[in-house]
Amino acid sequence: MNPFSYERAQQPDAAIHAIASNQHAKFLGGGTNLIDLMKDDVEHPSTLVDITRLQTLATVNPVDGGLLTGALVRNSDLANTTEVRTRYPLLSQALLSGASAQLRNLATTGGNLMQRTRCYYFMDPSYAACNKRAPGSGCSAVNGYNRIHAVLGQTDNGPADAHTCIATNPSDMNVAMAALQAVVEISGPKGKRSMPVRDFHRLVGNTPHLDTNLKADELITGAFLPAKAAVFAPHSYYLKARDRQSYAFANVSVAAGLELEGGSIRSIAFAMGGVCHKPWTSEEAEHVMIGKQATAETFKHAAEVATRGAKGYENNAFKIELSKNCIVRAFTLAAQGTGTASA
Amino acid sequence: MLQQEEKPTGNGKELPYRYDGKLKVMGKATYAAEFPVKDVLHAWMVLSTIPSGEVVSMDTTLADRSSGVVKILTPFNAPKLPGIKPQPPAIRKLSLLQDRIVYYNCEPIGLVVAKSLDEARYAASLIKIKYNTTPGKLSFDKRLDQKRPPKQGNAPPKEDHGEETEAWAKATTVLEQTYTTPLHNHNPLEPHATIAMWEGENLTVYDATQYVSGVRQSLAKHFALPLDNVRCIDPYVGGGFGSKGSMWSHVVLAAMAAKVTGQPVKLVLDRTQMFGPVGGRPATTQHIKLGTDATGKLVAMRHNVIEPASVMEDFIEPSAQQTSMLYECKQIAIDTELVDMNIGVQTFMRAPGEATGTAALETAMDELALKLGMDPLELRLKNYAEKDPGEQKEFTSKHLREAYKDAADRFEWSTRPRTPGTKTEGNKLVGYGMATATYPANRSAAMAAIKLLPNGRIAISSGTQDLGTGTYTIMAQTVEQETGIPWQMVDVKLGDSSLPKAPVSGGSQSAASVMPAIQDACKQLQLKLATLAITDSTSPFFNAASDDVLLSNGELRSKSNPSKIEPLSASITRNKGAAIEEKGSGEPSQEAERALSAHSWGAIFTEVAVDKTTWMVEVRRVVATYDIGLLLNQKTGKSQLEGGIVWGISLALEEDSHLDNVYGRVVNNNLGEYHVPVNADVQSIEVNVVGIPDLKFNPQGARGIGEIGITGIAAAINNAVFNATGKRVRSFPITPDKLQAA
Repeated sequence: MNPFSYERAQQPDAAIHAIASNQHAKFLGGGTNLIDLMKDDVEHPSTLVDITRLQTLATVNPVDGGLLTGALVRNSDLANTTEVRTRYPLLSQALLSGASAQLRNLATTGGNLMQRTRCYYFMDPSYAACNKRAPGSGCSAVNGYNRIHAVLGQTDNGPADAHTCIATNPSDMNVAMAALQAVVEISGPKGKRSMPVRDFHRLVGNTPHLDTNLKADELITGAFLPAKAAVFAPHSYYLKARDRQSYAFANVSVAAGLELEGGSIRSIAFAMGGVCHKPWTSEEAEHVMIGKQATAETFKHAAEVATRGAKGYENNAFKIELSKNCIVRAFTLAAQGTGTASA
Repeated sequence: MLQQEEKPTGNGKELPYRYDGKLKVMGKATYAAEFPVKDVLHAWMVLSTIPSGEVVSMDTTLADRSSGVVKILTPFNAPKLPGIKPQPPAIRKLSLLQDRIVYYNCEPIGLVVAKSLDEARYAASLIKIKYNTTPGKLSFDKRLDQKRPPKQGNAPPKEDHGEETEAWAKATTVLEQTYTTPLHNHNPLEPHATIAMWEGENLTVYDATQYVSGVRQSLAKHFALPLDNVRCIDPYVGGGFGSKGSMWSHVVLAAMAAKVTGQPVKLVLDRTQMFGPVGGRPATTQHIKLGTDATGKLVAMRHNVIEPASVMEDFIEPSAQQTSMLYECKQIAIDTELVDMNIGVQTFMRAPGEATGTAALETAMDELALKLGMDPLELRLKNYAEKDPGEQKEFTSKHLREAYKDAADRFEWSTRPRTPGTKTEGNKLVGYGMATATYPANRSAAMAAIKLLPNGRIAISSGTQDLGTGTYTIMAQTVEQETGIPWQMVDVKLGDSSLPKAPVSGGSQSAASVMPAIQDACKQLQLKLATLAITDSTSPFFNAASDDVLLSNGELRSKSNPSKIEPLSASITRNKGAAIEEKGSGEPSQEAERALSAHSWGAIFTEVAVDKTTWMVEVRRVVATYDIGLLLNQKTGKSQLEGGIVWGISLALEEDSHLDNVYGRVVNNNLGEYHVPVNADVQSIEVNVVGIPDLKFNPQGARGIGEIGITGIAAAINNAVFNATGKRVRSFPITPDKLQAA
């Protein structure tokens, strides 16, 4: 860990000012990801601007029929908020399947959105090659031990290429938020802006060092769950396939929500975790389900469409079949009704 | 015969709770790194980031100037040590900055000593290291053809003079399969840690270890000191699992740094540093061939093991060992071969050999039962070994049949569906499996000292260790059982090499070795008190025969006339108010060792549920009965057996150090990614013991219980997974991807 200075912001504007005036400064929320990466010599901020005292960002409020959660609301508090449990149970389930109780008690909504991607080779500077950590250095994962890596949307031009990266977004919350089409609320020196969660995280493209579209001088103030996303409450399910029963990242996770009319599907909430640099969404897969009956056949077709173009590696090819099976299972359980089924 | 509810047949009661429990829950038990030492400096190890080659240069210019730095040791400036011949396992080949060769990734190549840990760690990141990298020997599974016999310690397989061919010719059913287990790393909760201090030519270390006198001996050799100049102290150990059974490089490096700086030095490994320089369990590839006649009787067995070995030093995980004694069979051939790799020196880990060996053998037995159309339990009973088939010796005691019956009855084994894949609950497949557990009963020479103090308390001490398993508890309990002095009046001391010598706390032998020494110490004290009493004319025992005076119920008592008693305070008065001290020792009889074979046994039954989509495996229920002789303490003993079972769940489903094939580094080198069971992975575990004392083994009739819990269980889970799904995974751990593909 490098020496750094620490300051505590009392107002959002002061926080933005502090970070805008110092390009090596970073915000400190729950610290469950950033501090680990600092200890491991991956992140080297010169200043930590502690925003945990910004009380205005620590509440959940109804807005425009939806729900606005402040950036500093802890994951466990958000998951257990009555309005989240009843109107957005998919988000509650996803949050509670993440990390451990201790981590959820510290981790914040904004911090979870900002969680760095997961890759052994990114998180340990002993490996020389990592385009995310050391841009242009290549990728150790494509020919390395790549069981936890991406099968969808990755950039792979070979291990020596400057753009190759097959890291995955490790969050559960982000997957549910992407499925529910939540919106990230952002403040910066030039004012406020909003960005759909689906656009907030980036594909690797040619910029593997960038995880999100947040600018260096911007502050996440909250995440907005739209009113229309509450239609999935009766029929949603978050399925997380992992290597142990708790405190494990997803091999594959599926956030599935259905708005049903009679037996047919009127609208869809759908995103996947553990398979891509960002929550994986597929408008084509949603499209093939709309108007169809909520049957295994419909879901199987969607699963094929959603995973089209998937490419596996020596250790993670299993994720492709697992993804398809989990999509079918998650939507099947969602169709059966929220809270009545167990995976 | 079984004593499910009753107390065991010991000659006294058990402690109601752990002797050291209160201190531990209050945070007052001092672990090695926690001793307050004045002017202590902090050291951080610099570890290699290449698997093979040499260090060309280490530029410490920036690091030397960094805040708080006192000294940086590298291969270019480290003091030369006498250089000793490694004598594994007591003295390992270590990485002590004596040369520039890099044998593995994560090998110590430098040490930064600073005023604080943070300053040391930061300065280490400023060192610029240049390597000359040479191609490493890295992949194990792709280099099996490079196997070779171990350099020593492994008898070459018996040559076949026709007997083996003849035996196989009689086999009507043959099962032949290959099973694999991966590299493991120990990861006790307390990492390795050392505080080293010199006073002139005297070296004292607080060191997280399973063997205080081993560390003392090893340090004395490394620094060419008389043994008496070195002391190792470690009253509490936060788990060891074998990794703290040998002394590793960091202990010598801490002492070296303390010598160079003239100040005490503290060196604590962080979690990442636990994956390499402090040993691991080697991967195994086990080829098993079993042949039976038409009745299911084994007529020939073969168990060939291939393992990676560090290029620095051979270590054998003896996975084939139990195959030579677990079942009755006239033709048994076992063999181990090694493949050199650029990895750290491997070592003992949680039932070395039997853990991985039973995982394979007991899965093979299940496959054989299926092939024969026999019940897996029936197959085991059919081949029950009344004698050790390898050496044709009687067992000291074997009640495995009772264990099978007890566990099978409690589990209701006979009611399980025999056809795989037939029981479902929603999206889950439910299955049942069983296996046999076994571990050798080890015992070594040990000594203890006892002292009756003027205030009436008893001090008992032995240079043994308590790894969190209950040594303190049963030491106090044994004194109470032998003398009748209540355990609240007993002061236990251990974990100090200046105390009477005891063996390494490994191989499940501490209780079996140390308790006889304590019993002997109590007897010696009784004799001394008797001798003092019978020569004192004011004593009621004046002129009595010395063997008529017993130390019992916390007082002296006449054997022939139990109403004749004297309080112990009289003995102290008689000794002019001074404490009365005696020593005791115990060692196994060599005759008995030659004539008898000593092992523990167990029967394990498991129920699993497997999700048909995610292929996640839940171990819902484990029912196990062990024949371990007398269980000394129900609470600490059953906890230890249950803990072993949890490690077995880990071996079956989770633990796996993934080695990168280019860098030779464990990629999942932290407890977030190196999976061990969390609470949600552990459901019902019901442990029982047969409880028949093994008096041919030691005077208490108690065999060790530290490791048998992890044996058998991985196969029992694997067999249950097969019963649930019809899928057989032969590569541990049984992770969802493997089940999906099977």
